[in-house]
Amino acid sequence: MKSLLRILFSWTGLFLMVPVLGVATFVVAPSFNIWLPKDVSEHGRTIDALFMFILYLTGIVFIVTEMALVYFSWKYDATKNEKPVKYSHGSHAIELVWTILPAVTLLFIAIFQMEAWARAKMQPPNIPPTVEVTGRQFNWDFRYPGPDNELYTIDDIVRTDGKLFLPVNEEVLLKITSADVLHSFFLPNLRLKQDVIPGMDQGMWFKAKETGGYDIVCAELCGWGHYKMKGRVYFLPRGKYEEKLEEMRQEQNTMRVEVPEEDEG
Amino acid sequence: MSTVTVDAHSESHAVHGHGGGFLSTYVFSLDHKIIGLQFLFSSLIWFFVGGMLALGVRWQLAFPWKAMPILGNLLASPEGGQISPETYTMLVTMHATVMIFFVIIPVLAGAFGNFLIPLMIGADDMAVPTLNMLSYWFMWPAFLAMGTSFFVEGGAAQGGWTAYPPLSVLTEASPGSGSGQTLWLIGLTLVGISSMMGSVNYMTTIIQMRAPGMTMFRLPMTIWAMFITAILQAFALPVLTAAGFMQLGDRLVGTGFFLAEGATANNAGMASGGGQPLLWQHLFWFYSHPAVYIMILPAMGMVSDIISCFSRKPLFGYKPMVYSISGIAGLGFIVWGHHMFVSGMNPMLGMTFMVSTMMIALPSAIKTFNWLGTLWGGKIQYTTPMLFAISFVSMFIIGGLSGIFMAATPIDIFIHDTYFIVAHFHYVLFSGTAMAVFGAIYYWFPKMFGRMMNDSWGKVHFAVTFILLNCVFYPMHILGMQGFPRRLADPYHYETFRNLLPLNQFISYCAFTMVGLQIIFVINFFGSMFFGPRSGRNPWHSNGLEWQAPSPPGHGNFDFQPIIYRGPYEYGSPEVEEDYYPQTQPPPGGEMTNDE
Repeated sequence: MKSLLRILFSWTGLFLMVPVLGVATFVVAPSFNIWLPKDVSEHGRTIDALFMFILYLTGIVFIVTEMALVYFSWKYDATKNEKPVKYSHGSHAIELVWTILPAVTLLFIAIFQMEAWARAKMQPPNIPPTVEVTGRQFNWDFRYPGPDNELYTIDDIVRTDGKLFLPVNEEVLLKITSADVLHSFFLPNLRLKQDVIPGMDQGMWFKAKETGGYDIVCAELCGWGHYKMKGRVYFLPRGKYEEKLEEMRQEQNTMRVEVPEEDEG
Repeated sequence: MSTVTVDAHSESHAVHGHGGGFLSTYVFSLDHKIIGLQFLFSSLIWFFVGGMLALGVRWQLAFPWKAMPILGNLLASPEGGQISPETYTMLVTMHATVMIFFVIIPVLAGAFGNFLIPLMIGADDMAVPTLNMLSYWFMWPAFLAMGTSFFVEGGAAQGGWTAYPPLSVLTEASPGSGSGQTLWLIGLTLVGISSMMGSVNYMTTIIQMRAPGMTMFRLPMTIWAMFITAILQAFALPVLTAAGFMQLGDRLVGTGFFLAEGATANNAGMASGGGQPLLWQHLFWFYSHPAVYIMILPAMGMVSDIISCFSRKPLFGYKPMVYSISGIAGLGFIVWGHHMFVSGMNPMLGMTFMVSTMMIALPSAIKTFNWLGTLWGGKIQYTTPMLFAISFVSMFIIGGLSGIFMAATPIDIFIHDTYFIVAHFHYVLFSGTAMAVFGAIYYWFPKMFGRMMNDSWGKVHFAVTFILLNCVFYPMHILGMQGFPRRLADPYHYETFRNLLPLNQFISYCAFTMVGLQIIFVINFFGSMFFGPRSGRNPWHSNGLEWQAPSPPGHGNFDFQPIIYRGPYEYGSPEVEEDYYPQTQPPPGGEMTNDE
C-alpha cells in the first residue's frame, strides 16, 4: 500500500496516468453519448467493425508499450537501482523480433481492409444516378431526373433548399460535383465522405436501412460560410418517396419566377 | 576525414574575424551558434503568436459567437472581439502556417541544427557561413510578408494551411483570398529558400567537416536526424516552390494550372481554366508529407541523445535507429497520397498509398522499442530534459498508433478531416516535437549560455504542460470518433455534434491554462540566461563532443583539436571508472580503437 502511494506520487505515477486515463476515456465516452454516430447504412457495419478491430489492436499495443515505459521508469530509477547499468548496445535477435512482428501485423491490416475500400470506392452499381448533388458556396443543390429517369431533361426536379430525399432499403447512386470550389459531401450516419471537385463528376453509392433525417456536412474548407453549408438527407419508404417526388414536381411546375424587367435606360 | 580540411577551413575562417561591434556579432553574424540562437529566439516569439491564434480558435469552439475578452481585441478588433466566420477561418489557417513554417521547422533545423551540427561533429563552423547567415536573413522577408498580411484588406490567408485551389486561387472565393493569400504564397516561398540554403549547408558540413576519427557511424543520432532531414528538404522543397509559383501565376496572371474549365466562384467572371485542382494537392503533399518527417526526425534524434545520457547507458540499437530514420526518409516520399484518400484521386492509387503508409509505421515502431530498450537496465536520472524526453516517447506512442486508423482507407473515409486527425497531428507535433524541443532547450541551454536553467521550476513546467496537453488533445480523439469536423466556425448547429459543446469547453479551459502557465518557462529561460549558476563544460557528464567545448563555445568552437575515439553513447563502459566516456578521451592504451 505504502509503495503504491510512492509510485503514484512519483514521475512514474505521472507516466502511469497515460495508459490508465487513456483507456478510461474510451471506456466512459459511450456513457456520455460520445461515440461513433448511429449508423444507418448497410456498408457502415464493415467500417465500424474495422475501426473497433484497430482500436482493440492498437489499444493492446498502447497498454503494453506504455506499461513497459512505466515499469522501466520505476525499476531503473537511479535513486533506487543499485545494480550497475547493463552495458548493452542492443540485440540483433530482439531487433528482428520487433521488426518482423509489427511488419506482419501492419501488412495484415493493409490486406484485410482492401476489400472494404474496393467496395466503397471501386464497384459502383449498374444503375442510373438517383440524384445529382452539386456543392456551391454555401449550399448543397439537388437535381432529380424526374419521371423519365434521365438527368438534364426538361422534367428534372431541381431543389436548392438543402433537403435531399432518397428511398430507403434501395441501392442509390449519387452523381456528385461542385460548381465553384472544393467541398466534401460528408454523411456521418452513413460513414461516407467524398470531396467534390469542380469540373469532375464522381459517383457515390450506398443503401440506407433506416428511415429518418440525417445531417449532410461539408467537410472540406470552402470559404467563410463553410460552417453553415448544412444539408439534411431524408430516407423514405418507396411509396412515400414517390409521393414526395411528385409533390416536388408539382411545386416546381406551379412555381412562378418573377424576372425583373430589364432597365431600358 | 582528414585534418587538412579542418585546418584549411579554420584559416579561411580567420578572415571573418570575431571582433566588431554589437551589430556584426549578434545581428549580421556568420557564427553558427549566434545564427542558431537567432532562429531560436524568432521561433519562440512566433510560437507565442501561433499560440494566441490557437486560443482564438479554442474560444470560438467553446463559446461560439461570444465576444472574446482581452485577446479578442487583438484577433478580431473590427468585430469588437467577436470572432466572425472569416476571422475564424483566418485563425485556423494562420495558426497552422505560423506553427509549421515559422516555429517547428526553423526551431529544429534552424536553431538546433545550426547550433549543434558543427559542435557535435567537431567542426569550427558551417561549411559556408555566409549561406548560413543568408538562410536566417531570408526568414525576415517571410516574417514581413506573413505579418503584414494580417493588416491588408480582407485579412490574412483563409484557404487553410494547405491552400487548396480553387478556394485559394479565385480571388472572389473568400475575403482572405485577396492580397492575403498572395502574401502567404510569397512568405512560403521565402521560407523554402531559407530552408534550402540551410539544408545544402548541413549536408556539406556533415559530409565534409567531421573531426578526425568521427566516422559516420560515430555520429550522434541528432546529427543523423539532421542529415536525413536536410536530404528530405533538398529533394522535396523544389516541388513546393514550383507549386507555389504556379499558384501565384494562377492568382496574378490567370495561368489556370489548378482551375478546371469555366471555374468561377461567387458569380464572378469565369477563369480561363484548363487545369486540375487535384494537381495542387499532389504537388503540395509531395513536399508536405516529407515535411511531416522534417518536423519529427530531428526531435527523435535529440530525444535519443537525451535518453541515453540520463539512462547512463548506451543507446539500444544504434544502427537499427539509423536505418529506421533512413527508411522513414525513403518511404516518406511515396506516402503523400494518404492525405488524399477522399479527394477524388483514383481509388486504385489510394490502395497503393495505403500499403506504403502502413509500412512507414514500421520504422517508427522500431525506434520506439529501441528507446524503451535504452531505458531498460539503466540508471535513470530524472532531470528536466529527461522528463521531457520520456514524455516524448510516451506521447509518440499515442500519435503513432492513431495514425494507423487514418492509414486504413475505409476508416479514413469516415474520420478524414475530423478532429481525429487534429488529435493525431497534435500528438505528433505538440506532444511530440514541441515537448522534445523543450527538453532540448533545458539540455543544451548550458552550452548556449554557459548557465544552468532552474531544474525545480523546469519540473513544474514539465508537469503542468504534460498533464494539460493530454487534457487538451486526448479528448479530440473521441470528438473525431463522432465525426466532429475540423475548421468549422460553429459545428453545433448540426444535430450530430450538438452534444459535444461541454467537452469542447473543457478542452478550451485546459488550453487557456496550459498556454498561460508557459510563463513559468519564459521566466526560467530569461532569468537563467542572466542569473543561472555557471554550468562548466559538461554539467550532465555527457559523452557528446559538444560538451568538451567551453560553455558557451567561443568563435571557432574548440580550444583544442578534437580527435574522436568512439561513438557518443559509451555510458557505463567497463573500460573506465566514471560512468561516462567522452568521445575525445583517449583509450587507456592510448591507441585508436576499431571496436565500432
